[in-house]
Amino acid sequence: MIVTSALIIWKALMCITGSESPVVVVLSGSMEPGFKRGDILFLHMSKDPIRAGEIVVFNVDGREIPIVHRVIKVHERQDTGEVEVLTKGDNNYGDDRLLYAQGQLWLKRQHIMGRAVGSGFGAPLAIFGEDLPGPNLALRFLPYVGWVTIIMTEKPIIKYILIGALGLLVITSKD
Amino acid sequence: MHSFGYRANALLTFAVTILALMCTIGSLSDNLNTPSPSAQIEILNINWFQKQPHGNDEVSLTLNITADLQSLFTWNTKQLFIFVAAEYETPKNALNQVSLWDAIIPAKEFAKFSIHTSNKYRFIDQGHSLRGKEFNLTLHWHVMPKTGKMFANKIVMSGYRLPEDYR
Repeated sequence: MIVTSALIIWKALMCITGSESPVVVVLSGSMEPGFKRGDILFLHMSKDPIRAGEIVVFNVDGREIPIVHRVIKVHERQDTGEVEVLTKGDNNYGDDRLLYAQGQLWLKRQHIMGRAVGSGFGAPLAIFGEDLPGPNLALRFLPYVGWVTIIMTEKPIIKYILIGALGLLVITSKD
Repeated sequence: MHSFGYRANALLTFAVTILALMCTIGSLSDNLNTPSPSAQIEILNINWFQKQPHGNDEVSLTLNITADLQSLFTWNTKQLFIFVAAEYETPKNALNQVSLWDAIIPAKEFAKFSIHTSNKYRFIDQGHSLRGKEFNLTLHWHVMPKTGKMFANKIVMSGYRLPEDYR
């Protein structure tokens, strides 16, 4: 029952948010005490302009792992409306320029894949979580639950054991 | 029907559902709060105002930031993230928001304060349009709840102006 409910919720989320993988896990402590390592985020990207103070999830060219930090500077062009943004983790001393690609000073809208809107509750969805979110997703965060995903990232054998065990449960349950 | 696995399964699903409901109700209780925050920002000194070698204007300021944000705290508030941003327009950019200072307020006791500080983050323009520039100083706050939707608001204070010349 729990497996199928989780699967249904997961698929529904995929439809609602229009993405491949609406879940991302906070992998570092750079946003503490707001977001802790292991917190789960759902991503959403609306067409609203990006403004200072917003917490965004972005990818740096050439790096697989998405970063969740706060926007501290915004420069929006008069002519094109294009925006250039600088981010920083709340818990970091300096801004993110060291994390950006070589020679890159600003993030643009194409680098940003989601915005944080709130916190929520833990769920079995963690078991089906992916590490790499797709574009245009909804972002709510689930405290603590992502630890399952972090453990699975760092020791992938556990992921296989877990999925194997769940598979076994589904097959052997009398439902 | 009565296997241990089945019972554990049912219990876990029920527990998660109740948890979800409690979190939602907790989050909704935040709507009952009517906050009345206040803030003043004074520019005490323009420390220096120069054009960088690359051509961008930069200014260093000392600010006095006074605020009372205690009414924003509810039982469901984990922390308040606040920052002061200089906001202005230039011929090149329709909007510039430059965060000058930020802080995390972990509890209601710390939400009423008055501090003297120079800008934590560098106030650099994209270009050299800052001479004589009029700008707003906006105090933004982001309420991060224990559970539920984050919300943000701000107080815009206008009427600030940078010097006509570099110094």
